[in-house]
Amino acid sequence: MPTNLSARPAPLPGSGLLLALVVFGGLLFTVAAALTDDPLFRMSCFVFVTAAVLAGFALTAGISSGQLKDEPDKYMDGVIRAGVIATMFWGAVGMLVGVVIAAQLSFPDLLYFPQAGWLNFGRLRPLHTSGVIFAFGGNALICTSFWVVQRTSRARLAGGIAPWFVFWGYQLFIVLAALGYVSGITQSREYAEPEWFVDLWLTVVWVAYLLVFLGTIWKRKEPHIYVANWFYLAFIVTIALLHVVNNLALPIDILSSRSYSLFSGVQDALTQWWYGHNAVGFFLTAGFLAMMYYFVPKRVERPVFSYRLSIVHFWALIFIYIWAGPHHLHYTALPQWAQTLGMTFSIMLWMPSWGGMINGLMTLSGAWDKLRTDPVVRMMVVAIAFYGMSTFEGPVMSIRAVNALSHYTDWTIGHVHSGALGWVGFISFGAIYCMVPWLWKKEKLFSNALVEWHFWIATTGILLYIAAMWVSGIMEGLMWREYTPQGFLAYSFIETVSAKHVENVIRTLGGLMFLSGTLIMIYNLIRTVRMPSVTQGDAGAPALSAPATA
Amino acid sequence: MTYESVARFAQQAGLIYFGLLFLAGSAYALWPRNGDAFRHAANLPLTEDEDL
Repeated sequence: MPTNLSARPAPLPGSGLLLALVVFGGLLFTVAAALTDDPLFRMSCFVFVTAAVLAGFALTAGISSGQLKDEPDKYMDGVIRAGVIATMFWGAVGMLVGVVIAAQLSFPDLLYFPQAGWLNFGRLRPLHTSGVIFAFGGNALICTSFWVVQRTSRARLAGGIAPWFVFWGYQLFIVLAALGYVSGITQSREYAEPEWFVDLWLTVVWVAYLLVFLGTIWKRKEPHIYVANWFYLAFIVTIALLHVVNNLALPIDILSSRSYSLFSGVQDALTQWWYGHNAVGFFLTAGFLAMMYYFVPKRVERPVFSYRLSIVHFWALIFIYIWAGPHHLHYTALPQWAQTLGMTFSIMLWMPSWGGMINGLMTLSGAWDKLRTDPVVRMMVVAIAFYGMSTFEGPVMSIRAVNALSHYTDWTIGHVHSGALGWVGFISFGAIYCMVPWLWKKEKLFSNALVEWHFWIATTGILLYIAAMWVSGIMEGLMWREYTPQGFLAYSFIETVSAKHVENVIRTLGGLMFLSGTLIMIYNLIRTVRMPSVTQGDAGAPALSAPATA
Repeated sequence: MTYESVARFAQQAGLIYFGLLFLAGSAYALWPRNGDAFRHAANLPLTEDEDL
């Protein structure tokens, strides 16, 4: 953009180009909305058009007012602040939907409308999983990665306006996916439910994210790339690969929301679970390990226990995880040797996972007192403990004989939630509790006592949840395989469902407690942001140290 | 080229490939001369400056 036309500061590079693309995209989807015969596709087009109009106004206002000015000698923190807000917002929404569907399992008439399926369990369930994994977890990963890569590279985010495009483009993906789920647009692939046109949009956003991240590393002023950035990079690259391959599909018409996968039969199943398990391995593990490797050392003011171990952890984890997917397909048409391969690699994952856990925990050597005095440290340490526990449980469940009992039962659901609530949730909460005072230039959090309340309520909620799921999972697994002396199945399926009622109620209660903790956190963060800022001169040093104890 | 021969090749070549990768990764991580660079890198989060 020319800068000599007026005294107005130069906008972020690429702002004008993005504005032109937004206007073009808005027109394109207006035409598509007019031409299509598919009401669901038209609805999605209207979402695109609305986003284009809002983006067009925001960009025009930002450029003309000078708000979008380029500050090449400063870190780009505005987009991280927006990411923190989005993380907490989608976290509350996704967890609330989780509580609703847990309640629906306990009380099936809840929000069930035979004539309108929008709030059925089958539509809300992907809304919950995508909401917490991709909306909450994804925003947490994007905003923490933007913080970490800038600080450890000593470089401003690359790409001018591109980080803002990544942020808002990702929110548009979330809205498109969520509205699609409740209105009935799905390609029925678990954790990859969005249809082809939403997948294409996410591909564009994700490639932009990769380029911003790589560009920032490229212009770094540090010779070494810190280990957390390796984990973030593995997460971004692998998710791009998984997303593109698993979603290869042919739409039935360019103006239709429906498509058919290029895969069929057992190849389809294998591709899906190659994707599905690596969504766990690279989205829910590698990216959050990056948070661990940055925020735990930062908070306890000690370097990571062993940098050499972190390198072995990284390479072993990424090369082994990618092969573990077939353990989702035991006793299926998948060849037996491929099932055994998936199982073997899952068991091998014990080693890097526990190496990483030990590395994270031992970073506290010499600072264990912080467990007592700093609830944020305690939250991150409990997250690492849950990481160790669920990466122990996972390999056990991948063993074919154990899987014969656990597969399709609530045990799997409990396992996922010990990882998702305990590990992913708590390490993200810890990172955000660290970042908010830094980002908004506050001396410390509003209240450490509220962090204590959050910690204990949420931890108790997780324990209630996973204990209930162990009991109900093993119970229903045993009931399904129970035969009468005459050789008939002892229980009908519905008998096994009604037997789980009490456990389902306990699970709802556990989820409600976890959600309550999140709401306490949101209140605490809002009060923190509204506290007076530290003065400009000493904004750096005191804001970066651990807060005083409550 | 039968299914069995492809599976056998994949299994044996995979074993060697992973063995070599692991050795290479471990050698890089444990190589004594890399110690100073790793010590510097480990301290990166603790030596930040808020000014670019």
